[in-house]
Amino acid sequence: MGMPISHIMASGMTGIRAAGDLVARMEFSKKMRIGEAKEYVAKKLGVSTLDLSDEHVMRELREELDIGVITSVAGAAKGIAAKMNIEKLLDVKINSCDLFRKQIA
Amino acid sequence: MATEYALRMGDGKRIFLSKEKILEELEAGSADAADLGEIPALNGNEIDKVAEILMMPGKTVSVEQGMEVPVTHDIGTLRIDGDQGNSGVGIPSSRLVGCMMHERAFGADTMELGHIDYSYKPVKPVISNECQAMEVCQQNMIVPLFYGAMPNMGLYYTPDGPFENPGDLMKAFKIQEAWDSMEHSAEHLTRDTIWIMQRLMASGSDGVNFDTIGAAGDGDFFGSLHAIEALRKEFPNIYIEAGMAGECVLGMHGELKYEGTTLAGLWPHQQAPLAAKAGASVFGPVCNTNTSKTSPWNLGRAVTFMKAAVKASTIPCHVDMGMGVGGIPMLETPPIDAVTRASKAMVEVAGVDGI
Repeated sequence: MGMPISHIMASGMTGIRAAGDLVARMEFSKKMRIGEAKEYVAKKLGVSTLDLSDEHVMRELREELDIGVITSVAGAAKGIAAKMNIEKLLDVKINSCDLFRKQIA
Repeated sequence: MATEYALRMGDGKRIFLSKEKILEELEAGSADAADLGEIPALNGNEIDKVAEILMMPGKTVSVEQGMEVPVTHDIGTLRIDGDQGNSGVGIPSSRLVGCMMHERAFGADTMELGHIDYSYKPVKPVISNECQAMEVCQQNMIVPLFYGAMPNMGLYYTPDGPFENPGDLMKAFKIQEAWDSMEHSAEHLTRDTIWIMQRLMASGSDGVNFDTIGAAGDGDFFGSLHAIEALRKEFPNIYIEAGMAGECVLGMHGELKYEGTTLAGLWPHQQAPLAAKAGASVFGPVCNTNTSKTSPWNLGRAVTFMKAAVKASTIPCHVDMGMGVGGIPMLETPPIDAVTRASKAMVEVAGVDGI
């Protein structure tokens, strides 16, 4: 347990506390290297690449964009709803969102 | 008396080394990797940088601000609810709870759902359970969520599987039969992995993590590469992480090739282009930790291998940094001082795209 958390604290982008999930999505969906993935996400969010790991910047921005935060903000998008907003923001398709759309069609 | 710095052996035991000794160990470790892989050793500046990281006074260290990278997770929630006598802590909880804890409480950049036995073959009898868990988790999660397991081709050999154990066959000098057994096992590994992931993709999975490819040698790598190729063809948008088991592909078969390249004996910088060719999104290179050597020796060696892999790869490299790999000491509770130093060195010197 201590090992993954140590890596997250030492080197990680801290997931939805900041923009780690978004950068990871670009690496995996488009095979972007780290520099390119950060540039791409920063451009889409209108922030600097340094801001992508800044919880203070990202907390407010994530709420504004409705792409999910760590706490239960009343009425805010969570889970699959947040991912549908991420799809639009990053211009990518997410498999679980496709499945959900198929299920409600 | 020269100042000594508190470091670790490869088994985690604390040792004290002078700056001169640290530099000597780093150079020796790097030279070992360079010799084995026929790759460049770390230059003087890189050796100095890793030494500086190792000698930092704090218990934990971290990358410079702005250099953070995504951290992916092998074994998924099993580190919470599982207990295999190694990495799991056996806390009773559902896998959905485990996933959400990683996302909301631990700051994980991606997450993985896995089966308690954590190999692809035993997932088949419980596939419906896995699909149900995946769908429920995907409805609640925001970070990319993979399905992950080990290819573990050894499970296809007797007494666990249908094909005669090639080790036994080789002992009886039945070389052709041993090769046949490995080839049949690789075919089944490919077929099973595809079958499992077809169902998990239909349940909304973001993708698949091949955790510890090559654990059963070149046949394991062969079967996994063909599974990756088929999955990429069927699901063009699938996220595929191809993580290796060891630094060198063991030539259990010796003759297997992928796209004309013999798989036996490949090092990380030679494995990466094949994973990319097969269709992986991200490659997970490995360097094994030698428990009898110091952490500077192991880290110098690991950073050298990873730097070459990052350079040779056309896809992002998420270096494997669990217990006993990537310069991390080999024990259940790797000391945080050693983990964070290895983490920082991999990002800042090897230039990895993630961990």
